[in-house]
Amino acid sequence: MDALPRAAPRRRPSAGTLGLGALLVLAYGIVPLTGTSYVFEALLTPFLALALAGLGLNLLTGYAGLLSLGSAAFMAVGAYAAFNLSLRLPGLTLPVSLLLAGFVAALAGLVAGLPALRLRGFYLAVSTLALQFFVAWALNRIGWISNDSPSGVVTAPRLVVAGLSFDDPRGRYLVTLTVVTLLTFVAWRLVTSPTGRNLVAIRDNETAARLVGVRVARTKLLAFAASSFVIGIAGALWAFAYLRTVEPAGFNLDRSFQILFIVIIGGLGTLRGAFLGAGFIVVLPLLLSRLGAALLGDGFDSGTLEMVQRVVLGALIVAVLIREPAGLAALLDRAGRRLGRRAA
Amino acid sequence: MSPDLALLIEVVVGGLLSGVMYALVAIGFVLIYKTSGVLNFAQGAMVLLAALTFVSLTERGLPVPAALAATLAAMVVVGLAVERAVLRPLVNQPPITLFMATLGVAYVIEGAAQLAWGTQVHGLDLGIDDTPIDLGGVLVSRFDLFAAAVAGLMAALLSAFFRYTRTGLAFRAVADDPLAALNTGLRLPRIWSAVWIAAGIVALVAGLLWGARLGVQFSLSLVVLKALPVLVLGGFDSVAGAIVAGLIVGATEKLSEVYLGPVIGGGIEGWIAYVAALGFLLVRPSGLFGLRAVERV
Repeated sequence: MDALPRAAPRRRPSAGTLGLGALLVLAYGIVPLTGTSYVFEALLTPFLALALAGLGLNLLTGYAGLLSLGSAAFMAVGAYAAFNLSLRLPGLTLPVSLLLAGFVAALAGLVAGLPALRLRGFYLAVSTLALQFFVAWALNRIGWISNDSPSGVVTAPRLVVAGLSFDDPRGRYLVTLTVVTLLTFVAWRLVTSPTGRNLVAIRDNETAARLVGVRVARTKLLAFAASSFVIGIAGALWAFAYLRTVEPAGFNLDRSFQILFIVIIGGLGTLRGAFLGAGFIVVLPLLLSRLGAALLGDGFDSGTLEMVQRVVLGALIVAVLIREPAGLAALLDRAGRRLGRRAA
Repeated sequence: MSPDLALLIEVVVGGLLSGVMYALVAIGFVLIYKTSGVLNFAQGAMVLLAALTFVSLTERGLPVPAALAATLAAMVVVGLAVERAVLRPLVNQPPITLFMATLGVAYVIEGAAQLAWGTQVHGLDLGIDDTPIDLGGVLVSRFDLFAAAVAGLMAALLSAFFRYTRTGLAFRAVADDPLAALNTGLRLPRIWSAVWIAAGIVALVAGLLWGARLGVQFSLSLVVLKALPVLVLGGFDSVAGAIVAGLIVGATEKLSEVYLGPVIGGGIEGWIAYVAALGFLLVRPSGLFGLRAVERV
């Protein structure tokens, strides 16, 4: 990170910077004052946690081009690591245990990344599946991880930072928002650094990358570690701030697919994509249930909703891959450019 | 025969027979991968759809042959639709994109199948006796033997088809070199359609056997997860490899469950096959029978 290229000469803040500033003002200043518990608990907190997980996966799949189907496993590692850290080392403050949990997840990522040195494509995807199943098994079988809770379900510790309690919906939203903002900034620095460009070089042409001196093996492992660090912290937030329990079932293969879908729909290889995709994934079921209730009345039960959601989600994935492989982020870009042209 | 040895043989035989069931699903993957380079994650969903459609039709009073014909027709339509609507527009995209598209297809098929036929668990009785028979002191399930016979027959038929028919020859040509095949006047879209129909039929056979074994329900589509280590081990493009790898995976799973399970905890069959397959892959990256070493080192 210290070898960053010299910053571009100072100029007027671009539209992007202004937009980001406005978003932060909105998220920190206006939303906490006006939002209801429902908005915090059912919309914003899960949105932020999923966006962070998507961001992490995007580092690996979008930037480095390494497909992983084990995101939920890394989330689980992060969540259970944070749980154990705060349980067994009571002196640890929340930020520290989150950070350490991220490092534990990064370690798991390194292990999962080892096959990437020999395998590519489907074979690598299958090896991340192995991790997914192994973690699910370990959570259920090794009592120590869940403090000998028979079902593996444990209650998350209270969110306290510097003596202040963040246990109410608004507080949990603010904690999540802060962590996500910080990590997004770090991820942005990473992808704009030479290392980030190395990731893209490996994705686009590994042989060429090797030829120009990219240390492929090291960079791939770094991608795995960085990605699972972020996903692990996302998992801890998902469990601590959103669900407030840690349970193995929440981190199954469907969750891994969900994170992958977020990245595909939002846009592979963009940081914004994870947020757009996560927003979409969180809002979609709510929209569908409203729509279903309006169209069908009482005949629309939760089972039907789940199936309709599956169909719509699957169809969307296919449609996005065919029509807009760069995802919602590209759509937004185009819309923005069109508006800009009109304004000019 | 000592009881230990008898147990060992019984475990191995049981494992081999369940491995045949894995191979049955894996063959569906191989067909599509061989000819179009697509790892079709939706194969499991197709297995579910076939079994669910067949069961639901018979439960609604359709005679078995008619239900079978209708299910077959449905599978053909689905196969054609997927090829037409999803894969043809994505032609020449990287394999990972195609894979993710089939993931989407799997979601659509799973959701639609259960929307159409409901989510309850159905029993499926193929009329095959499941009492174990005694083969020289080893108890073997009659149903498993039947399933193994069906899988063997199907693999033989497919191999013969690939080897001796003109369409099979065309399949092999496309698998070998799509551009050259196109150049000799083979119509790729038509061949891909045929392959998807064939995969639909394989899914139907697998769906009936797996459905009879596990009951017809959503988890049937998860057999895809059992087939993946088989594919990794056998190579994505070999029917024979799928069978052999299926046997190995089945035996490994059962052996480790019985002998390793007590040591490190039960329930390891969810991941042991993956670990075994990956370990093997690190040593021999093209799998047992895989032809090309693409996408690996």
